[in-house]
Amino acid sequence: MSKAHVYKRDHINTDEIIPARYLNTDDRAELARHCLEDLDKDFVKKVKKGDCIVAGEDFGCGSSREHAVWAICGVGVQTVIAKTFARIFYRNAIDNGFYVIELPKQIDKISDGDELAIDFKAGLIKNETTGIDIKFAPLPDFALEIINDGGLLEHIKKGATD
Amino acid sequence: MSMTITEKILAKAAGKKTIKAGELVNANIDIVMCHDVTTPPAISMLAKHGIDKVFDPEKIIVTPDHFQPAKDIKSAELHKRLDEWAKRQNIKHYYKLGRAGVCHALLPEQGHIRPGDCIVGGDSHTCTYGAFAAFSTGIGSTDLAAAIATGQLWFKVPASIKFVLNGSLPKGIYSKDVIIAVITRIGVDGALYKAMEFTGPALAKMSMEARMTITNMAIEAGAKNGVIGFDDVTKQYLDEHLKEKTDYTVYESDKDAEYESVEEFDCSKLEPMVALPHLPGNGVPIGQCAGKVMDQAYIGSCTNGRIEDLRIAAEIFKGKKVAIRTIVVPATPVIWKQAMDEGLFDIFYAAGCVVSAPTCGACLGGFMGILAQGEKCVSTTNRNFVGRMGHPKSEVYLASPATTAASAVEGKLTDPRKYM
Ligand code: SF4
Repeated sequence: MSKAHVYKRDHINTDEIIPARYLNTDDRAELARHCLEDLDKDFVKKVKKGDCIVAGEDFGCGSSREHAVWAICGVGVQTVIAKTFARIFYRNAIDNGFYVIELPKQIDKISDGDELAIDFKAGLIKNETTGIDIKFAPLPDFALEIINDGGLLEHIKKGATD
Repeated sequence: MSMTITEKILAKAAGKKTIKAGELVNANIDIVMCHDVTTPPAISMLAKHGIDKVFDPEKIIVTPDHFQPAKDIKSAELHKRLDEWAKRQNIKHYYKLGRAGVCHALLPEQGHIRPGDCIVGGDSHTCTYGAFAAFSTGIGSTDLAAAIATGQLWFKVPASIKFVLNGSLPKGIYSKDVIIAVITRIGVDGALYKAMEFTGPALAKMSMEARMTITNMAIEAGAKNGVIGFDDVTKQYLDEHLKEKTDYTVYESDKDAEYESVEEFDCSKLEPMVALPHLPGNGVPIGQCAGKVMDQAYIGSCTNGRIEDLRIAAEIFKGKKVAIRTIVVPATPVIWKQAMDEGLFDIFYAAGCVVSAPTCGACLGGFMGILAQGEKCVSTTNRNFVGRMGHPKSEVYLASPATTAASAVEGKLTDPRKYM
């Protein structure tokens, strides 16, 4: 079960996810300690392993810093569900083997604190709190392959040895 | 089949005759740009995977710029990792302190950007290089590692939106005002995943410096790349800057190429624009925000830290004093020297500004001009997100070098035209 941390806003950007003052390191545990700090300073206290972040449009816009994905993975977040994603964040997520869910329409069916059961393969979010089922379009096959291999570099290496 | 310039360059890079938007391609990369924040993690990833060979040491351009000179021990460690790696890999074009500059100003200036090339960089504003009729886009560290190792990356070919910049720019209005107006009209995700292709009579009259300000901010509308076709202005810049490999292929969009939409802009009617906190798309004409009191002015960055920008600011500062702390950051050592030789430093000094070494510095809230809680900064940079230049409760107002300089003089947002 995954608890939803809902931030309704659009355009939550990489500066809020991991501010530049922490970009002098790429240590994931360190980055994780500051995840979403400028958006919600209590987030790291509230979040538990397996939880998810729910947001509006254009999540992860701004810088190309992969540190944003590492910070979110680092705190143990299972997935980010957003109406839409900024291009580089979306790509970085897949490259890291991190599944993100694009949900343009039904995002309002998830409220802060709802418990979700997510079936990535089937493209189904069961909102256990409200009893509502939400369908989403699973990622395209090539992205799934990368995620299944554990990330882009693993995927490339596998391709090279196949 | 008719294609856009973006489709043509990606087709060439993928070794295909034709290509269309939406298609997935594996493209050969001509240039990979590396800097001190996103490259050290890529180096670690490569090491972790036992890859210790770059695809081509001549095609990887390296410059530390974000925390340059190192601002603390941790950033010094990043630089050290970058340095050791660049030496070990025999990276041919490695710009160290003294020659290092803000990446997107440095690469074109040093002649590394050529039309028709497929360019990636570990930085979102890599889209800047599209001003040279190239395909250029920003990537994260894993993609960067893959590009460094293999010289290839997969792309989804973006659909293009055409922006026709009509009319001509009135006095006191610059390309920065144009791009803020464009992003304000279409929104900060108005070109999400798309190519922004700029054309039109107003653009034709702009210098390469001014054009780079436009493509630089394509990412602020969510775009994958910004691109401008080749013309005499491009050619002249390249004639002056390309050192080796002076050959290149010019691609242009077919007349009947397919665009997702076409946006027409009348530049003749533009006012100086200011993007209010906290989105680059929150643009308003100066008339709607003039008088807002500022604490700091910042003139620099890959958007507006080039010589032309410094000249515009100096012209306004001449014989005047600034009312607030004002930081001027020439984007590269060459620009720094040019500004000094032209006497601009004297003007900045007399006005009470400080001139810093080339660096990204405060643009990303790194160092060299961080804002305290509640402070407001008028800035020639490209992003005004929450906390971008310091405290999460500080504010950044994006504007042209002219508007920023005029605002520095009065200590509040000011229409630059009264000083022209
Ligand atoms: S000047 Fe600012 S926007 Fe440009 S590369 Fe540096 S940090 Fe990024």
